[in-house]
Amino acid sequence: MDLVLLSRLQFAMTVFFHFVFVPLTLGLSVLLAIMETMYVRTGNEEYKRMVKFWGKLFLINFVLGVVTGITLEFQFGTNWSRYSAFVGDIFGSLLAIEATVAFFLESTFIAVWAFGWERVSKKMHCFAIWMVAIAGNISALWIILANGFMQNPVGYVMRNGRAELDDFFAVLTNPYAWGEYFHTVSSAWMLGGFFVLGVAAWHLARKNEVSLFTKAVKIAAPFTLIMALLVAVAGHHQGMNVAKLQPAKMAAMESHWTTQKNAPMYVFVWPDQEEGRNAIEALPIPGMMSWIAFGDANAEVKGLSDFPKEDIPPVLPTFLTFRFMVAMGGLFIFVAAWAWWRRKDIASDKYLSKILPWMIPVPYVVIMAGWTVAEVGRQPWIVYNLMRTSDAVSPVPAESVLFSFLAFLGIYTLLGVLDIWLLRKFARKGPEPANPAEEA
Amino acid sequence: METIWFFLWTLLWAVYFILDGFDLGMGTLMPAISKSDMDRRIIFNAQGPFWDGNEVWLITAGGVTFAAFPNAYAVLFSALYAPLLILLFCLIFRAVALEFRNKIENPKWKAVCDLGLFLGSFAPALLLGVAFANLFMGIPIDQNGVYHGNLFMLLNPYGLAGGVLFVLMFCYHGALWLELKSEGELQARALKAARIIWPLLLAMVLVFLALSGVYTDMYERIAQHPVVWSFLTLAVVGLLATRLALGSSTLGAFVGSAVFILGLTFFGVFGMYPGIILSSIDPAYSVTIFNGASSPLTLKIMLGVTLAAVPVVLVYQAWVFWTFRHKVTEEAINNDSHAY
Repeated sequence: MDLVLLSRLQFAMTVFFHFVFVPLTLGLSVLLAIMETMYVRTGNEEYKRMVKFWGKLFLINFVLGVVTGITLEFQFGTNWSRYSAFVGDIFGSLLAIEATVAFFLESTFIAVWAFGWERVSKKMHCFAIWMVAIAGNISALWIILANGFMQNPVGYVMRNGRAELDDFFAVLTNPYAWGEYFHTVSSAWMLGGFFVLGVAAWHLARKNEVSLFTKAVKIAAPFTLIMALLVAVAGHHQGMNVAKLQPAKMAAMESHWTTQKNAPMYVFVWPDQEEGRNAIEALPIPGMMSWIAFGDANAEVKGLSDFPKEDIPPVLPTFLTFRFMVAMGGLFIFVAAWAWWRRKDIASDKYLSKILPWMIPVPYVVIMAGWTVAEVGRQPWIVYNLMRTSDAVSPVPAESVLFSFLAFLGIYTLLGVLDIWLLRKFARKGPEPANPAEEA
Repeated sequence: METIWFFLWTLLWAVYFILDGFDLGMGTLMPAISKSDMDRRIIFNAQGPFWDGNEVWLITAGGVTFAAFPNAYAVLFSALYAPLLILLFCLIFRAVALEFRNKIENPKWKAVCDLGLFLGSFAPALLLGVAFANLFMGIPIDQNGVYHGNLFMLLNPYGLAGGVLFVLMFCYHGALWLELKSEGELQARALKAARIIWPLLLAMVLVFLALSGVYTDMYERIAQHPVVWSFLTLAVVGLLATRLALGSSTLGAFVGSAVFILGLTFFGVFGMYPGIILSSIDPAYSVTIFNGASSPLTLKIMLGVTLAAVPVVLVYQAWVFWTFRHKVTEEAINNDSHAY
């Protein structure tokens, strides 16, 4: 098989699998920190049991995030060595900073938090989970600054046959990366919110621990709604970044072929990349695409036909995942608002209490779709307009990559099954019963 | 500047070996040293709050290789494709075994996790040793940094000697750590293991140093930078001190063992100076710290970040070691709902 394709498949699989665990870590850590702060402030043991219950699920998720992340850091070298040599000066330093300033903090304080209930004071324990939450989200910033450089390379100069750092401040303030960061983090926090809501609704429908789970819903429902709204706002903002900085990706997201002013958006579209046009185009909304991309219904939107053929990303996957993401964004706002409206008594709404548990997996799928838009839409470039993906791959035998791909596939499938099974088991089991002595 | 980074790079690896070394050593020793399920749980929990923080040193070492020596990172990791991925898979097994062993009440699952911890400790120790020994010797890379070899070529006598050396080094280190963290019979067995391993370790160090004369040009390179001998002196002092302290203070012996690991790592890695990946095809194809380094600006910024952040990391990690300084007892495990 083709080396580039295999390497891409392996990277895509391992990065997607890693990103199953990341958003829950980012979002749930913040919710846990809020819950534990409530415990420290009120002294109500119910909050403590709440923290311990979701904390157990958090830790199961966390460890898999850690181990699947390490393989990624090393994969740039194992599978994308030409890329690594080309951008290591900038990209490598962002990863190294992530490890030194954020990941150490997160990994050290997670241990204090997990093992420290009896060893450190209440306040110190609460401080530990805040450190985990903050460090995790800072960690995400450095990773996304690194990804942002691939999307919109800034602050570099071509020297010695590679991209060398020229302006560190420009790399840190890359507008593309910041837009991406807010969109990613708000969606991760929203995912954490839906996770808490879903588990709570499941138990509330069964009248388990009604007081505890209602308290959890009251924390998670407004949180989820705010995040669902922010995801949309940040997403729109990022869309405008894409329109400005990655016009080919924007055109692929909308399957837009002909450059025009006052570009309409079609409700029904099916792209045909071979022919360089849309096979189906129906129900135009005049000027909508121009307005979404540039905030001006008369703005000109460049069409795919005006790009060299070899620079056009795969249109169908980019277009479909983008449409799916946007539609689901609407659904999230709707369900989150519904949950917020009924937050005092979820169980009395039999539809809502049935829907919420099923909402748990949905943000995961949509986040993957979002990353597909970002990464497939960037093709054929690994660093936008600077290095092609096909020039980036390691000179290793294709068979080696095939073997490692199959090994990853096997191991990750087992891990995935184990993870879901454990999460389900402990989520259904519910919180540990209150200890009467502690209550008194 | 490049030399400062080479020093820091070596230091990161040394700290990783010192910290995760005791985890890897305990996991490797576990089948030999544990007699009951509770023994094994104590071994699991003796690394409980530490292993994750320790593993981050590996991530940082990897990240710093990427940031400071991108060419070395690119050549090295693609050359050592198979062993590196096996190492990572093993670390996954270890983490899963640690975190999930106690989540499923089933003796068969526990046996699987025990095997996972053993393999996830023993194989990384061995592979790290094999990898570093091969680096000292040089690997077949051409002028474009393309590797012309395979996994089995790494398993040459010198590479294997390096692997055995690392396994013994970590086992000794792990035995001391376990002695500090346990009580009663298990503690006595850990001390006994340390006493048995020490002479083997000494012998292996001597064998490795002798083989280095045969297989590598280490001594010729060191002759040009005699200061590197001081690292070996440090290692020898550590190795002797740890044996002297063994009867009276295990903590002292543990520190001695850490000094030994530190000295040996610096001696071996600086034995390559100024090379970082030596080519066995033609020395001219080697990646050195000068032709493999990042731009001066990146090195400068990274130095600032590292000098600011790493001392802070050391402080809070030390605080965690202090917070969890207590022995791991049966009672403590039964009282802690999160215990492994």
